[in-house]
Amino acid sequence: MTEYNFAYLDEATKRMIRRALLKAVAIPGYQVPFSSREMPMPYGWGTGGVQVTAACLVPEDSLKVIDQGADDTTNAVSIRSFFEKVAGVATTESTADASVIQTRHRIPEAPLVAGQILVFQVPIPEPLRFLEPRETETRTMHALEDYGLMQVRLYEDIARHGEIARAYAYPVKVEGRYVMDPSPIPKFDNPKLNMSPALQLFGAGRECRIYALPPFTRVESLDFEDYPFTPSKAAGHDCAICGAQDSYLDEVITDDSGGRMFVCSDTDYCATRAAQMEANA
Amino acid sequence: MIEVRDAGKQFVLHNQGGTVLPVMEGASLRVGPGECVALTGASGVGKSTLMRMIWGNYRCDAGSIRVDGVELRNAAPRDVLALRRDRLGYVSQFLRVIPRVPALDVVAEPLLVQGMEEAEARLQAGAMLAKLNIPQRLWGLSPTTFSGGEQQRVNIARGFIHPWPAMLLDEPTASLDAANRAIVLDLITDAKRRGAAILGIFHDADARAAVCDREVDVQGFAPKERAA
Amino acid sequence: MTPLLQVEGLSKRYGAHIGCADVDFTLWPGEVMGIVGESGSGKSTLLNCLAGHLAPDTGRVILDTRAHGPRDTLTMSEPERRWLARTDWAFVHQNPRDGLRMGVSAGGNVGERLMAVGARHYGDIRAQAADWLTRVEIDTARMDDRPSTFSGGMQQRVQIARNLVTGPRLVFMDEPTGGLDVSVQARLLDLLRGLVRRLGLSVVIVTHDLSVVRLLADRLMVMKDGHVVEEGLTDQVLDDPQHGYTQLLVSSVLHV
Repeated sequence: MTEYNFAYLDEATKRMIRRALLKAVAIPGYQVPFSSREMPMPYGWGTGGVQVTAACLVPEDSLKVIDQGADDTTNAVSIRSFFEKVAGVATTESTADASVIQTRHRIPEAPLVAGQILVFQVPIPEPLRFLEPRETETRTMHALEDYGLMQVRLYEDIARHGEIARAYAYPVKVEGRYVMDPSPIPKFDNPKLNMSPALQLFGAGRECRIYALPPFTRVESLDFEDYPFTPSKAAGHDCAICGAQDSYLDEVITDDSGGRMFVCSDTDYCATRAAQMEANA
Repeated sequence: MIEVRDAGKQFVLHNQGGTVLPVMEGASLRVGPGECVALTGASGVGKSTLMRMIWGNYRCDAGSIRVDGVELRNAAPRDVLALRRDRLGYVSQFLRVIPRVPALDVVAEPLLVQGMEEAEARLQAGAMLAKLNIPQRLWGLSPTTFSGGEQQRVNIARGFIHPWPAMLLDEPTASLDAANRAIVLDLITDAKRRGAAILGIFHDADARAAVCDREVDVQGFAPKERAA
Repeated sequence: MTPLLQVEGLSKRYGAHIGCADVDFTLWPGEVMGIVGESGSGKSTLLNCLAGHLAPDTGRVILDTRAHGPRDTLTMSEPERRWLARTDWAFVHQNPRDGLRMGVSAGGNVGERLMAVGARHYGDIRAQAADWLTRVEIDTARMDDRPSTFSGGMQQRVQIARNLVTGPRLVFMDEPTGGLDVSVQARLLDLLRGLVRRLGLSVVIVTHDLSVVRLLADRLMVMKDGHVVEEGLTDQVLDDPQHGYTQLLVSSVLHV
């Protein structure tokens, strides 16, 4: 542990990020600019999330890293081993045992509790990006709460597809004020953002933005009165491993002749349930 | 109703060395309710100029012109607009309309501007067009495609669709056949009967004799140096 | 009656160059005022200052707002001004591409202002958008098509529907018939006249086309080198122009 400062980043950088985090917590849903550093991994691999995690970690922490819900995929494994190496903190795959969870595109199925920190990796923090390309204009729109355009996007979906077709990165309104991109989590996870006891932090490395949802923040998914938001998922299936009916499922192709199965995307949730079933059997 | 006192007018041609062209001086006349007065005088003596000064599209430079108590000299645009909407009608010699607007709508417009329901306004406009022998098959077409006589009748229909208390008629019977001329003279007589004050230019002496109570020779209003 | 718009001493300079200077006028409800002049006369600068797109150097623009009565729009905060731009007033651009979202369906374009002022019922928004598209004579079968697939005249009509859907009282128009064929212009002019009459709209319309103002405007303001050189009733200014520049302008029109 002599080669690196604790958690890789120097203390001045952590201080800078923490200041951005405090501001983000003070203004829920507002995108705070920060001076994103070069990290030893390419953009798009979670450089924003890693910097936020590094700025939050203390030696007593227990870190869990998931990628699309799984603890055992490349991104999750490499970030976990990165922090094992540069921070020496304990790591875990158990949601309940983790104090800090860095995630790419999922919220764990097991309910989070007070004291936990959930760090999201964010590719594009600006929910208005593809509607209004000028950053100067989108900032003004946020400042003036000029969100008609966001609603137009949902209108267009219904006009074209008969429903709001957006299935991930579904825009939300925070505390009735800022419209926020919740990162590319499935819309199935959107309700978990609302009134969560955990602190939720969002880091976008390439875009140099940090935003946050303090515990117990009101988070509403945008919709229409006559086309209300529905947190849907693959219908008509249970998890093929643990039999869960209430979890978000991945479709897994099992052979070359069209065979497939649906399993929990949250590997820890699935494994915990499977172990319980075995113990009960 | 229409009261002109010592009205004068001159044109200043700024692009021709500031030439000052006096065209009218000391014009005075009165038209009371139920009265029809004809302006007479040789061509170019200023009959149309005086009509335009009363209508308000020519500025009055001296004296006073009042219609229903409203002073037109230096009047604010909105006062002139209000006057034209409710109290002062004008049948010009030429029909000026937006291309492609149906004749029926052209005639109904003065009623619509006053806030009448569209269906009712069209009904009245249709009745007026029928009275003036415009066949129904033409009502839906733009008058820009009509013959001169038909255009003039559309213009008259528009000019008589609302019972304006004061009316200006510029050659209302020109380019009309005998039958239609008689209908227009009836319209004028009806307007007088309901109390309208009418000032007109009629080249047609028979028409003038039939409806006009008095004549005013505009020659007397010509500027002195030109009159000499 | 309260004037809808009162403009006092409005001036805008671009360095040493005068954009517009000392403009005063009062616009009453239901009035259509034309601003004419050649390119560079300051008419577009004036329009943009009135509509809050440009900040003038001096002057006052007092609008009789629906919510709070007469207010100087120049001293309003930006959020208030933007709110006005979605409610009390509207701006029709010469080029529909500047006033429409070309990647959003015609219905979405019309519905945007409704959603921007808080409408959240899809069925209602869609019904209102369809109603407005019908009023501007666009087949509702095309309401889910993008304006990029429409002709120039149709695009301009969608822009007008988009602007009028929230019932503004004052509409600014910058050469609305500019890029259109003559026959399409006529139809648009007729449409505008009908809407102005039915809705009691007040309009400030900038154009260099005297036949457009003759058919549409009640009043006229003639501008030259940033100054208003003449104003008055439209047919009076056109038939009996007093100022040398107006005389030149009127006599330069080709009659066919």
